[in-house]
Amino acid sequence: MAAEVLDARRAAPAARAALDPLLSLRGIVFRPAERTILDHVDFDWDGAGVCALVGPNGAGKTVLLRTIHGLLAPHEGDVRFEGRSRPAGDLAFAGQALVFQHSSMFRGSALDNLLVVPGIGASGRERRECALAMLERVGLRELAQAPALKLSGGERQRLAIARAWLMRPRLLLLDEPTASLDPSATEQVEELIREIHDDGCRVLLTSHNLGQVSRLADEVVFLHRGRVLERTPVSAFFANPRTREARQFLQGALPWHLSSPP
Amino acid sequence: MFDVSIEELIRSFEGDVLAIVALSLRVSLSAVAIAAVIGMPLGAFVAVVRFPGRSIAVTLLNAMMGLPAVLVGLVVYLSLSRSGPLGGFGLLFTPAAMIVAQAVLTTPLVAALTRQTVEDAWRQHGETLRSLRLPLASRVRVLLWDCRFSVAAAFLAGLGRAMSEVGTVMIVGGNIDGFTRVMTTAIALETSKGDLPLAVALGIVLMALVLALNALVSTVRGVGMRRHGG
Amino acid sequence: MASVFAPLKAVGAPLAALASALAFIAALAAPPPAAAQATTITVASTTSTEQSGLFRQLLPAFEKDTGIQVKVVAVGTGQALDIGRRGDADVVFVHDPAAEEKFMAEGAGVDHKRVMYNDFVIVGPKSDPAKIRGDKSVIDAMRRIAEAKVPFASRGDRSGTNAAELRYWKDAGIDVSAAKGQWYKETGSGMGPTLNTAAGMNAYSLTDRGTWLSFRNRGDLEILVQGDERLFNQYGVMLVNPARHPQVKKEAGTKFIDWLGSDRGQQTIADYKVNGEQLFFPNAKK
Repeated sequence: MAAEVLDARRAAPAARAALDPLLSLRGIVFRPAERTILDHVDFDWDGAGVCALVGPNGAGKTVLLRTIHGLLAPHEGDVRFEGRSRPAGDLAFAGQALVFQHSSMFRGSALDNLLVVPGIGASGRERRECALAMLERVGLRELAQAPALKLSGGERQRLAIARAWLMRPRLLLLDEPTASLDPSATEQVEELIREIHDDGCRVLLTSHNLGQVSRLADEVVFLHRGRVLERTPVSAFFANPRTREARQFLQGALPWHLSSPP
Repeated sequence: MFDVSIEELIRSFEGDVLAIVALSLRVSLSAVAIAAVIGMPLGAFVAVVRFPGRSIAVTLLNAMMGLPAVLVGLVVYLSLSRSGPLGGFGLLFTPAAMIVAQAVLTTPLVAALTRQTVEDAWRQHGETLRSLRLPLASRVRVLLWDCRFSVAAAFLAGLGRAMSEVGTVMIVGGNIDGFTRVMTTAIALETSKGDLPLAVALGIVLMALVLALNALVSTVRGVGMRRHGG
Repeated sequence: MASVFAPLKAVGAPLAALASALAFIAALAAPPPAAAQATTITVASTTSTEQSGLFRQLLPAFEKDTGIQVKVVAVGTGQALDIGRRGDADVVFVHDPAAEEKFMAEGAGVDHKRVMYNDFVIVGPKSDPAKIRGDKSVIDAMRRIAEAKVPFASRGDRSGTNAAELRYWKDAGIDVSAAKGQWYKETGSGMGPTLNTAAGMNAYSLTDRGTWLSFRNRGDLEILVQGDERLFNQYGVMLVNPARHPQVKKEAGTKFIDWLGSDRGQQTIADYKVNGEQLFFPNAKK
């Protein structure tokens, strides 16, 4: 099953290149009460490279990500994924998957938590095999029967990624995926993200961890108080931030950074 | 006060007691099984779907948990009577009527408890379920599975209520000797006759069953906690 | 269309186990198939009749003779007649001739027959503050109770016993509604609970002999007045009118009524004894 998934996904991007931009946000405003969280965000993305959404706390990264996924409806503006606008009902966009910072797992085994994903096989046996193969890919095969709620933070995030990957998304969204993990768990998760991207899946993530951004991302979108202030290739962002807010942000995060890029 | 000797107690354990206990179990288990089949999906549906008037539905479900048994008995009696709307089935004074009445009595309880626990789970897992693009039926199934320990406890709570109540089964069953006499109605009858050995014997059995049920609830919850840590 | 099989499977095994357990218990508790196929009739009767234990003697004999199973719903006379009116029983078997007559006159019942009688007795505390012991007249005794204003426990539940009691008060010229809550206590329940109450508060009460003979919680009470013919309690049986309620089991119900009046039925009634004493006196043929 894993091999077939690889083939299917490699085929998709080529076809898509001829169509609309992967993601198109126009004039997105998110204003739940008095506060404006997203202030006329415009963003077109063709999905080339890994894109990282960075910014200080309260900048609106999480809200933006959920809006892209279809979990939140903007008060103004238009979100389009693969040329389609908002999905029906309260479902997220088809073709996307989202890994939360703290993924919620059900009261069951790791395997059970993968088996909830729809459409992964025609028979029970096929679904099991598919899920077990995915557990193998993320290095959790031995923990298939372990209660998911008793996994360590790193194992849980890998399980969440496995669940997202199992959906065969064309766009994988990750919201601070390693914020609560230790360095070795973080490394394992980042490795998985790279693999998924190499498979042909687009990746867009938010992160506080600038080291992670520099390791994984090709492009940076800097968000501040609900507005997109900068959008540059990653090395340019670190070496030469154009806006004052970006400079301050980088200074606060890595005060020595401006003088010596990683 | 307890004018009952041990020999009398033991003697009364033959004959009637077994048949009465067996009927009680059959009626209450069947009733709560029906209550579960109707009440669990209903509770889960109310927990997950935002429909107009939802808060009224929730309040109503919670209020109906406290329905007086005799009132349910009266309504079902009037409905199942030959002169009533459902009289054609000829169910009055049969175990089937008792099952129906107890099902009516316990469904709100099971539904309300299920709603409570599924709503908590929905709050926790809602975004995940929406992200997985699961349709309503699948969400309900997954959430009920996730909450299976609490839902099982709700089922057992319903069973405890059914086995302990006397109002509905007395009215719709008629407490017919050898046919619709269950533990609670038999205890009521024997006590009113001033004939205590059988009443006490049945009381002991009923108490043991109720205690066992409650112990089972704790065990189920404990298993859930230990295996999944929460 | 994606459906979620795995969680179903996870719940499936324990669910299947539970379902099998339930089915097993249900099968255990289900009545044997043979019994389910026998003809059955529903008889609405009174609590005092059932509590006397008469049915446990009578019904097996009837079933042996005819193969018909009888289900007795025992409630107060008022409710028994009501059950008959609503068509929820096939036969009504009570002991309130006035109410039975009204039932027949309404057209709610057909084929009325006298069956037997038992008697009422007045019970009271051994100390007998109203001094009625051995009184030959029940009316006189009731008057004395009212004048002494000693506690009296009444059923107050539209039963045959209650109806008789109220007639005695009326004939004695006593208005008990004025005394409600004082010395006259209405329990609103069957004979057993009323006797429980009477024993508990050392009160007088009117009871049928049958319930008294099987009643074990007597406390300080004993029989003080008996034998007055006015205390005789006539039982009658009627078929619920099949013209009104087509589902009534006419043949089987009629067989029951006829059997009660037959030599065999009457003898069975006479043979029923509690503590060696005959409770019911058959009088179908008199």
